[in-house]
This record gives sequence, C-alpha cells and structure tokens, in this order.
Amino acid sequence: MLISTVFVVGSLAFILVVIFLKGFPALSLNMLIQTPRGGYYLGKEGGILNAILGSLVLGLGATLLALLISLPIVFYLNIYLAKSSKFAQLIRFFFDVLWGIPSIVYGAFGFTIMVFFGLRASLLAGTVTVALFILPIMSRAMDEVLKMVPFELKETSYALGSTRLETALKVILRQALPGILTAILVAFGRGISDAASVLFTASFTDSLPSSPFKPVATLPLAIFFQLATPFPEVQQRGYASAVVLTVIVLVISVVSRITSKRFTKHVVK
Amino acid sequence: MFKPHIEVRGLSISYGEHQALKDVTVDIPEKQITAIIGPSGCGKTTLIKSFNRLIDLQEGIKISGKILVDGEDIYNSKVDVTLLRKKMGLLSQRPQALPMSIYDNVAYGPRIHGLRNKKELDYIVETRLKESSLWNEVKDRLHSSASKLSIGQQQRLCLARGLAVDPEIILGDEPTSALDPISAERIEQRFLDLKDRYTIVLVTHVLRQAKRLADYVIFLYLGELIEHGPAEVIFKDPKDYRTKAYIEGKFIEEVKNWEDIYI
Repeated sequence: MLISTVFVVGSLAFILVVIFLKGFPALSLNMLIQTPRGGYYLGKEGGILNAILGSLVLGLGATLLALLISLPIVFYLNIYLAKSSKFAQLIRFFFDVLWGIPSIVYGAFGFTIMVFFGLRASLLAGTVTVALFILPIMSRAMDEVLKMVPFELKETSYALGSTRLETALKVILRQALPGILTAILVAFGRGISDAASVLFTASFTDSLPSSPFKPVATLPLAIFFQLATPFPEVQQRGYASAVVLTVIVLVISVVSRITSKRFTKHVVK
Repeated sequence: MFKPHIEVRGLSISYGEHQALKDVTVDIPEKQITAIIGPSGCGKTTLIKSFNRLIDLQEGIKISGKILVDGEDIYNSKVDVTLLRKKMGLLSQRPQALPMSIYDNVAYGPRIHGLRNKKELDYIVETRLKESSLWNEVKDRLHSSASKLSIGQQQRLCLARGLAVDPEIILGDEPTSALDPISAERIEQRFLDLKDRYTIVLVTHVLRQAKRLADYVIFLYLGELIEHGPAEVIFKDPKDYRTKAYIEGKFIEEVKNWEDIYI
C-alpha cells in the first residue's frame, strides 16, 4: 500500500519536476500570446498561441463529440440491456479492443477516411479522429461507473412509474455524475495530449485556428517539432510547451472537480 | 366477504430453475392491511413485487397465471406499466433515497407524471410529508440532500414519495426491518392511519407486527400458499398445522403434522 502510493505520487512528482525545471526558465508571456514568427523554430521571436488554442479547440470538440456518441451507448448498455446480455458483453469486448489500438493507427484510419471524403488535413478531420480515439476510453470508463449504480435505485425509480428514459436521465445520471465527469476528463486528457492521431489529420500550421476546414496546430506536435530541432534554446521552448500542456490538463481537472461538487452533493451513498 | 382489490389467480413464478411461487390464488381486500407472512425464501417478496411488475426487471423470470388489479389483468400486453406502478407506492427493506433534495424526492413522482405547477408541487410535498409525519423535522431544509437524513427519516420520506403519486395501494416489503424500534413504530402508526384510504400490503417476518397491524393474513411456505384469511382467524384458529407451527415459533421444517406441534 505504502510502496504503491509512493510509487504513484513519486512518478507524477518526478515527471512534473523534470518538465518544470527544464521548461520553466524558457517560459515567457510572449510565448503564450504570440504565434510563431518567421524563424521561430530557429530560435527567433514568437510563441505557441497557435498550438495552445488549436489543442483546446480540438480537444474540447473531440471530447464533446465523443460524449455525444458515448453517453447514449453506455445508457443503452446499462439500462436497456439486461446484465447478462450477450450483446452488451460483445459491445464491451469491442470497446476493449478499440481501446488497445495505438493512436497512430487511428491517425492512419482517420487519414484514409478524410481522403475518401475529399477533405484536407483540417481541424474537422483531426477532431473526428481524436473523438474516435477517445471514444472507447470514455465509454468504458462511464460503463464501469454506471455498473456501480445500485440496482435498488433503478427499482425505486421504476416503482414510482418512471420510464427507462426518465430513470436514466433524472436518477442514474445524477447518481453517476461524478464518475461520468472523471471519465470525460480522462478522455479529454488523452485526446489533448496525443500527437500521433493528429499528425496526418490535423497537420500543423503557424496561424491560429480559423476554419474547421483548415489545418490546425496542436501542443503535442508543437512540442515534437521544437524538441526535434538542433537548437538548445528551441528545445527549451519545447519543454516550456510541455509545461503549458500539463498545466492545461491540470487546471481543467481541478476546475471540473470543484464545479462537479456542486452537482454531486445529492449523490446517495 | 370483502371487495377484492388485487386478485391473484394461479400465479407461478420461477427464476431459471428455482420456482419461487407455485400456483398461488388469493384475493387482497380493498382498504385493509394485508400481511404476507412466512419464513425467509418463501416467496413473499416475489409475490409483492409481482403486483407492480417490478419483478419484470429480474433476469430469466417466468410468470404464468393472472393478477387482476381493479379487475384488469396486469400482465396483459396492453397494460401501461408506468400507470400500473403509479397506482402503487412501494416501500423497500432499506429506504432508497433518490440522489436529489428532500423536496425533489417527493416531487419526483408528480413531476414525471406531468405536473409542473410550482404551487401544486409545494402543496403535494407539504401534505405528503405531513402524512408521513416528517414535515416538522425537514420543513426548514427541504432543499438539502435526502441522503443526509437518518435511515428512519428516509423511510418516512420514501412513504411520502410513494404517496405523492396518488396511489391506491401501498406495498411494503419488510419496510421496518432496517429501522430502529422507534422509527419502526412511527411507520406502523402511519399504516394504521392510512388504511382507511389505501389498500396496504405488507411483507413481514415479524409476527408481532403482523398481529398489530393486519386485518387479513396470507401465509406462504416454500412458494406455496398454505393459508389465508382474516387475521383473527389465522392467528387464533389456523386450519393448517404448518401455519400453527409458524405462528407458535416452532421450526416449521421439523413439523410434519398436528401432533408434532403439541409435543
């Protein structure tokens, strides 16, 4: 127990410390509010606002899209299908398989689909690909949460004459909300920080996201491009970009934890 | 004779291989308290949950026979299950608060059945909480969480919530078994107050509770209906030796005939 706690907390602390030590000195306000100017990747003026905004737009869009698909699926699995349903087990199995597929494969798949529809690498294509990539993660996490909802709670709701839909939306959703929020966060964290799935589909650009049909910059790729340069000061900026990405994920999880408290005060233990 | 509210006709229910009820035929009298008694695993809960078709939620269930409520066969495919359930308020063994405020718990039923008017909802919440004698304890914190109430208060909240949908029948599945004696007595008192207006069906394994409350008694053993009749008859002069053994507190499994009881 103690060893595993130390291990988990220790590795998180280690990662944060390394990234902050390497990246913090290079972090500046200019980096956060400017887009790359000519020669940015050679160590000249500019910032990564393009990637910050791009990642936020793409990450939020993909999370929202995945949520819209995933919520009905998991409610169907847990409320409309019986516990021992073969069909439900099959769907869960497929989700587990999908979960295991590397994100670069999603990237390649997204690219193929994109080309098939005659789209260019764009915000839209990237969002859809990332949404597909985080869908199994989000769905299985929510599924486990909904499985934990006590049977008696459903029974109570049905006994008052509610339909399955009313039970799902008015009772089960409220009870499971903290867990659902966690599932959304986990999926968002994976989506915003994945490089491979957006490599071909969203591509990269030095300008701010402006249209769903134009390429968009993302932080993981910005980190990659900067770290891949031979210039130490640009590599430093790469670590600084990693700090920004980490802080975004941390801030969003803390803020949603706090706001979720407002919605979860009624949860039945 | 009495006017039956629920008529059970040749009801058999099985879960997979296990037969929980065997060919039960019995009438539940209107506006009286009926107690279903019998040892654990005799099918009491199965019987009561078949009245509002909550039994449908169980997997691998097989039902044959008929149940008529107000003369209508409730297992007919044309029956609207939500309306049937609205007719009956259920109290379960452990009170189950919904994940919302005290007010919303009581208002939940009326709301899903289409009531939106704030004033009417306020009125329903107040009168139902008064009927279940919880109002004075919660009137200043109607919007705090229902799950923060004590378990005895939660059971009274469940009663108020059940009454809020204007049922005709109140079903209680050992509703006092998880409560302390004082909370249990308050619930019992509520049943006595409510029986003029509602048909009440109680599953109980506390014989004294059945004696205190019941007008009519149904005795089940191993899924079979052994005996039913007015409470005074069943408790004073049972016709079957197994009923006698059970109400005398003997080990019913060891009693094979009348002689065994008097040894």
